[in-house]
Amino acid sequence: MLRLPPCEARFPTSIAEAVELKAKYGPEASYVAGGTDLYPNMKRRQQTPYHLIDVRRIPQLDRLEVDADGGLIIGAGVTLTRLIRDGRVAAGWPVLGQAAATISTPILRNMGTVGGNLLIDTRCNYYDQSYEWRKAIDFCMKKDGEICWVAPSSPRCWAVQSSDLVPVMVALGAEVILVGPEGTRTIPAQALYHNDGIEYLTKKRDELLVSLRVPAMGTAKATYQKLRRRGAFDFPVLGVAAWIRPNGGGTVADARVVIGAVGSYPIVSEAAAEALVGHALEDDTIDAAARAAAKPAKPLDNTDFTIGWRKDMVAVYVRRALAALR
Amino acid sequence: MGGRAVGRYGGTVGSEVGEVSTTDIPPYRPTALPPFSIIGKPLPKIDAAAKCLGRTKFADDIVLPRMLAAKMLRSPHPHARIVSIDTSRAQALEGVKAVITGSDMPNAFGILPVSQDEHALEGDHVRFIGDPVAAVAAIDEDTATQALELIEVSYELLEVIGSIEDAVANPEPQLHDYADDGNLHKLVHLEFGPVDEALERAHLVQEDLFFYEGSTHLPMEQHAAVAEYGGNRRLTVWSSTQTPHYVHRALEKVLELPRSRIRVVAMPNGGGFGGKSDPFGHELVVAKLAMLTGRPVKICLTREEVFYCHRGRHPVIMKVRTGVTADGTITGMDFESYLDGGAYGSYGVASVYYTGALQTVTYQVPTYRFRGVRAFTNKAPCGPKRGHGTPQPRFAVEVTLDKIAERLDLDPAELRLKQLQPADSLTANWLKIGSMGLRACIDKVVEGSNWKTCFRNLPYGRGLGLACSSYITGAGLPIYWNSMPHSGVQLKCDRGGGVTVFCGSTDIGQGSDSILAYIVAEVLGVEPMEIAVVTGDTDLTPVDLGSYSSRVTLMTGQAAIQAAGRVRAVMVGPVAGKLEVPAERLVFAGGVVFDAQDPERGMSFAEAVALTETATGTVGSVGSYRPPKSPGRYRGAGVGPSPAYSYSACIAEVEVDPETGIVQVPRVWIGHDIGRSINSSLVMGQVEGGVYMGLGEALMEEMAYRTNRNVTHKWPSMLEYKSPTTHEMCDVTTYLIEDPDANGPFGAKEAGQGPLLPVMPAVANAIYDAVGVRIDEVPMSPPKVHRAIKDKARGKEPRFGPSGTPTVRWPEVTYVPRPVDGGDGKAHPRPEPAGTGG
Repeated sequence: MLRLPPCEARFPTSIAEAVELKAKYGPEASYVAGGTDLYPNMKRRQQTPYHLIDVRRIPQLDRLEVDADGGLIIGAGVTLTRLIRDGRVAAGWPVLGQAAATISTPILRNMGTVGGNLLIDTRCNYYDQSYEWRKAIDFCMKKDGEICWVAPSSPRCWAVQSSDLVPVMVALGAEVILVGPEGTRTIPAQALYHNDGIEYLTKKRDELLVSLRVPAMGTAKATYQKLRRRGAFDFPVLGVAAWIRPNGGGTVADARVVIGAVGSYPIVSEAAAEALVGHALEDDTIDAAARAAAKPAKPLDNTDFTIGWRKDMVAVYVRRALAALR
Repeated sequence: MGGRAVGRYGGTVGSEVGEVSTTDIPPYRPTALPPFSIIGKPLPKIDAAAKCLGRTKFADDIVLPRMLAAKMLRSPHPHARIVSIDTSRAQALEGVKAVITGSDMPNAFGILPVSQDEHALEGDHVRFIGDPVAAVAAIDEDTATQALELIEVSYELLEVIGSIEDAVANPEPQLHDYADDGNLHKLVHLEFGPVDEALERAHLVQEDLFFYEGSTHLPMEQHAAVAEYGGNRRLTVWSSTQTPHYVHRALEKVLELPRSRIRVVAMPNGGGFGGKSDPFGHELVVAKLAMLTGRPVKICLTREEVFYCHRGRHPVIMKVRTGVTADGTITGMDFESYLDGGAYGSYGVASVYYTGALQTVTYQVPTYRFRGVRAFTNKAPCGPKRGHGTPQPRFAVEVTLDKIAERLDLDPAELRLKQLQPADSLTANWLKIGSMGLRACIDKVVEGSNWKTCFRNLPYGRGLGLACSSYITGAGLPIYWNSMPHSGVQLKCDRGGGVTVFCGSTDIGQGSDSILAYIVAEVLGVEPMEIAVVTGDTDLTPVDLGSYSSRVTLMTGQAAIQAAGRVRAVMVGPVAGKLEVPAERLVFAGGVVFDAQDPERGMSFAEAVALTETATGTVGSVGSYRPPKSPGRYRGAGVGPSPAYSYSACIAEVEVDPETGIVQVPRVWIGHDIGRSINSSLVMGQVEGGVYMGLGEALMEEMAYRTNRNVTHKWPSMLEYKSPTTHEMCDVTTYLIEDPDANGPFGAKEAGQGPLLPVMPAVANAIYDAVGVRIDEVPMSPPKVHRAIKDKARGKEPRFGPSGTPTVRWPEVTYVPRPVDGGDGKAHPRPEPAGTGG
């Protein structure tokens, strides 16, 4: 079997201790919680941190509560299974459980965490391969090589944002709380991501993702539609999160449509939102929004399925997501 | 046709048929007639508890004192000459005990005598990414892995042959110098009867092109092997292999150690499906490393390495032209297949013949031509996967028949029913058919699925499709030429009443160990759980050729019946004497031997054994089985003959999402002609497993390559190589058709491979019923279905599939007069076309 590279695990019990360890060991260290993303990557030598800073014993990362303003606080270390099973989450933010339940398999959801899913490495089928396989193609620019095999003349990496929770958190207007050596900062979920397959996060190297805050849904509704080959295991090849706040008159007061897995970051479709706001969710409106949302989607040949079909599916899935919110 | 008429070519039609029906198996004894006490019952497998409780020991579970770990270095280049290998730095690494390269094991091996083209480690020529070039034994896996990185190999890159088209266009550089023509490994051209005349005269000639993508077995257990070279200078190799006998032979050849000094133990396989049927380099490597170091050595391949071992389904392009009369009766078939074989021979010569062999056994095909070619390409070698070479042509035949039915406005079920190959007949290509239960299979699925009402009448997006198939129950010929039995069984009875069955067969999960126990239990009238089964161990068990070609139940079963019958025959004398009843009145049942007319008069089986041992000495016996000779005598006639053919009919229901092209299969009805079930629940398990694997091939599985001239495996991992999960598995309604075959043990035929075959074409035909597009290509993935639906909407041809075949220079035809021509089974010059005069 594939073996982990040599490594040593550490178990800090406070945020400060974890951040201190990370600052001390720098690039030789990595935070880890469930390990469902990191450990396979380590076996494939995509990342080879020696010091594993296991954050699961830090109490603040384990919070799952509703704050005074009705917002949901999710500690980064909350497992996906716990998020799915929590009654408050199911009642107040059903889309979270809906999306989380599509991640991987029950066993991996028992280990995988919300924070880990938000920070999941971008994926590409030239990159998510063993060291030997990557060596046979002379590697790629994301790790050990020079070229992007998906777009050989490209100066950048096109690995794909592959989390199911990311488009949902962005659509719901969640905020993430990061703690680093320089202190704490709170940023919109959308601002955590960057359109680059390698530098896909704006999180600073030593910052620890501590928690998220998801605002109360109020009268808003949201859904997540995932396209993948099978009913389990698979990462999304397309994820559509749609959030709608209706006004009293049956028209859309506010909307967010976020497309995942067709770029290196979650694509927020302003054009789709514009097409929706002020209109009722009639077929024509939905069609217009779906066409608008599909435009910027730029799938490349680095996931399952063919690119032409994936592009075609964006409009179909946006339409289905919006229809589900009627 | 006169049964004894002397044919034009000197053969006697009737005598040929008569000759093949004789076997060396004695007729059933009275105890083998129904009712049965064990046969047919849904009993638990004898190893069920151990498997469920995690107690079964697989090869990778073996841990021996002082055991070393082995790792293999594999070529990162698809095609290259090895200029030099420097292992000195690896050898110097602390903890490394031995490093070997191709020069340490120069003898070639391969599963077929005609394709001895592999080396345990390639010494001078690597032919695909993943070809092994060096191996290390070290104190642990980490050290061995580290050592691999210190081996320096210098390669001189060669031109890559990436596809069958490449292989046709580029005879050089040759992957193997023994190929029939350049990089075309094997070319076949067979003709049975005047095909061209039949097609010319046909009311309709349906011409179709198909492509069937390659797929791999994906066993849950990765291949593993352990070797130990004992102080007595005997070598033992434990391996997850389906064919210990062939591994035994390969070890002898490569290590130059007599087989009498080698013991091969086949461990229970965590799935095989044909992927563990070849001897593999890693088995030879651990043996060599154990001999060099004097310590036990283990290797367990990574999942990626399992993808490189492959030997899976060949990608095949097919062209089929079928002539039919106005009522849909087939008059002739002209079939071409083009196989992309990958880098080595493996079973490939058999594979190419199999793409042409079994077209004739389901429906009457009066005239038939087959041309087939297998190309060498710089990819992982293809070989036998469940159905070996026959799912591809079966897909072509069943879809083409669906199109013919559509064009002639006939019910596809009726079209098939009216021209079934009869039982006890010879096909145009000289295959001898015994029992034939396809009619009952079709009737059952037609009724169960409500076909007559639903076909062509379901709402848009939903559809039903029908397809049928047949498969061999064991190959008629062994892999290497010999006239010895294909299967042997040894039986030993203990004074305490226990019975031990020894047989070289290998349980790969299909239940072959249990089958031995049930059969012996039935004949001797004891409980299966009281029978110890020892299998797959060349020191302990007589040879069985292995778990492939659906041969095990029939062949080991017949050998077991013979062995048990012989023990029974020995016991009858002393027992009858003691009980003072005529021997022919004795019954063995329920652990007791008794008088049929006076059941009170009897003794326990244990007492009977003790009595016999007192009278005649140790109680034991042997049994063996050799298939009947096939009437075909032409070159190529060795592939296709079988003691018995199983039949299956399948109706699939699909739901197609026209907006996405996503196909779901909620339900499958499948009828399988099993001859007779030895254990009905195991048969159903095999049928359902076949449906599951077939769904994977139908909908998603792809051995896909890209980059480096498209020869780098696209996704050698269990996550990205898409195979169905429980979510994709359909409901299955199984009908077992029991029409005992004279050649089967208690009439049994195979179940392990045949039921996979009709699934893919049934799904394709159902997609057409649902949305009116033809997907002439496997897998029928959403983008293809979506494209065809879009094309249809735009008024283009509503089809997704290949548009042509490679241009191949076919060899001279081997023309074989058919039985109906009075042929003798041999090839003869093609007769002049019949004159016009009367």
